[in-house]
Amino acid sequence: MSAVLEVRDLRTAFPSSGGPVPVVDGVSFDLNRGEVLALVGESGSGKSMTALSAMRLVPKPGRVVSGSVRLDGTELLDLPVTEMRRVRGARMAMIFQEPMTCLNPVVRVGEQVIEAIQLHEDVSKAEARARTRELFVEVGIPDPEARLDAFPHQLSGGLKQRVMIAMALSTRPEILIADEPTTALDVTVQAQILALLRDLQRDRDAAILLITHDLGIVNELADRVAVMYAGRLVEVAERRALLSDPRHPYTQGLLRSIPALARPGEALPEIPGVVPSPDQWPAGCRFATRCPKRIDRCDTDFPEETAPAEGRRVWCHVHDGEGA
Amino acid sequence: MSDANDDVLLRVSGLRTWYPIKQGLLRKTTGYVQAATDVGFTIAPGETLALVGESGCGKSTVGRSILRLENPQEGEVFFEGRDLLALDEEALRAARQRVQIVFQDPMASLDPRMRIRDQIAEGMHSFGIGADDAERGERVARLLERVQLDPAAMDRYPHEFSGGQRQRICIARALAVEPRLIVCDESVSALDVSIQAQILNLLRELQDELGLSYLFITHDLSVVKYLAHQVAVMYLGKIVEQGPTERIFASPAHPYTQGLLAAIPSIDPDRRGGAPPVLGDVPSPSDPPAGCHFHTRCPRVMDRCRREVPSLVPVEGGASRCFLSSEDPPENH
Repeated sequence: MSAVLEVRDLRTAFPSSGGPVPVVDGVSFDLNRGEVLALVGESGSGKSMTALSAMRLVPKPGRVVSGSVRLDGTELLDLPVTEMRRVRGARMAMIFQEPMTCLNPVVRVGEQVIEAIQLHEDVSKAEARARTRELFVEVGIPDPEARLDAFPHQLSGGLKQRVMIAMALSTRPEILIADEPTTALDVTVQAQILALLRDLQRDRDAAILLITHDLGIVNELADRVAVMYAGRLVEVAERRALLSDPRHPYTQGLLRSIPALARPGEALPEIPGVVPSPDQWPAGCRFATRCPKRIDRCDTDFPEETAPAEGRRVWCHVHDGEGA
Repeated sequence: MSDANDDVLLRVSGLRTWYPIKQGLLRKTTGYVQAATDVGFTIAPGETLALVGESGCGKSTVGRSILRLENPQEGEVFFEGRDLLALDEEALRAARQRVQIVFQDPMASLDPRMRIRDQIAEGMHSFGIGADDAERGERVARLLERVQLDPAAMDRYPHEFSGGQRQRICIARALAVEPRLIVCDESVSALDVSIQAQILNLLRELQDELGLSYLFITHDLSVVKYLAHQVAVMYLGKIVEQGPTERIFASPAHPYTQGLLAAIPSIDPDRRGGAPPVLGDVPSPSDPPAGCHFHTRCPRVMDRCRREVPSLVPVEGGASRCFLSSEDPPENH
């Protein structure tokens, strides 16, 4: 498998009166061609910031401090702004949780996709419109001809999300970054969008970086999973290995605390405490303050990366491989 | 209908809450958002009923109608034997001590400029709980301990707490007036899963200790399985199925319940890639489809579903609003 996106030692921080506050703190991973890699974590884990950093879309005053993001070997962090803009439209596209973050409320949705196509390719309006119509069919928009002329507010949440996916696909990107693409949707509509993303990924053999907090969605879509906690990766593994045999105590805790797995009458296993904010990150392992397996070393030494099995990376002093 | 009966704390029947749609210069009513129609259920002391459904199904309207934060046009809400909908303002105020509500977003329901001790003690003042400030302060401390927060933090402001901690504060505030029923309106929906587990455990401990009842309003069925004794599923303003939690999950009778359960992404690595069980979007509650409201999306739709309105028919331990439920036994999904 070859990597289409290589992220190395990525660090992103926000300035504060007490010095820069890191939000992504030394993250490295590969996104391979044709695979869905899920970046999983709770709020404050840095998963969205990692994706925004790779797209060079970190909201100001935050900025990527160091590291490397290579797309097909090209270093994106050094690219001039104008070229980066072209990369973003044509080679990497992003879909968000809330479609209205990228749909203009006063422009017909078909027009918006047509514009996106014409911005990146020298095609006639009629051709762009025909392509848009095909895209609407591909993403499962019923009555596509009529929907081309609809305004965003005339569409349901699920349809708006389909329009945004059509827009993201319109320039045939090599990488699709999907940030909580179904979180705002009802569960029956979510199932439809997940099926759509799965079909698109298969048909187009696209690479998808999926950002989510939901391990059920990970199971539905991902090939591999990278779990983040407090700005760092804690575990990377193939989907099945991660879900059936999590090695990091945080991954284990996350899986156990899912209420669907609770045994009737028993308390739900919890992870005590809260995710520490960056100014309170422990000196050693970030998870040490909440970890049931903590040993003395965890408080002081940062765990090095270990590779206990093919395709598996774990950052933990005590991981024992016993699984959940 | 009244309940001298001890095993019913809350009995809702025939509840209808429609919102008028007003248009034009004269604000003429041109239609209604049919948020809740013919809604009925009971909750026993110490029991949790989960009211579940997707956005626009009317579940929150029902919760708010019970507290009379909305004005239902029809129905009865018998709580501890009295119809809350028939009470005058003063009697309603007194009754509200016994029914509290905890919302999804604690930041929106806490006053950012007020110390949390004052917010928790506020209800005690209104209902005459605690002789003086010292005693109320002592009670606030005990309540904070009870929701696993440090009592020393009582002089802080809401922004100094995390989301999960703020939800604990809201729970402490609800408990302060010694309610019997707490309406939890998506109370854990905005929380991360590790924090959600903490709050769910807390809610269940409180129920065991204090004999509280919960009306647990949520779109998340996985949470329901853990907390609820009974489940009522709503779709476009009506309850389409209700019954004991175990039965609902093991053998849902209504095609909508079946679809809703099948749509939850599984974390079983051997199960993935299923076709979406329910297609399309929820129609507008201001113009619900004729016949069975679910017929436009139902995978098992029949001709009569498009014309006739199904009524609730008994199924094991509950009821289902579907013609199929009275014709053939529910399939196991």
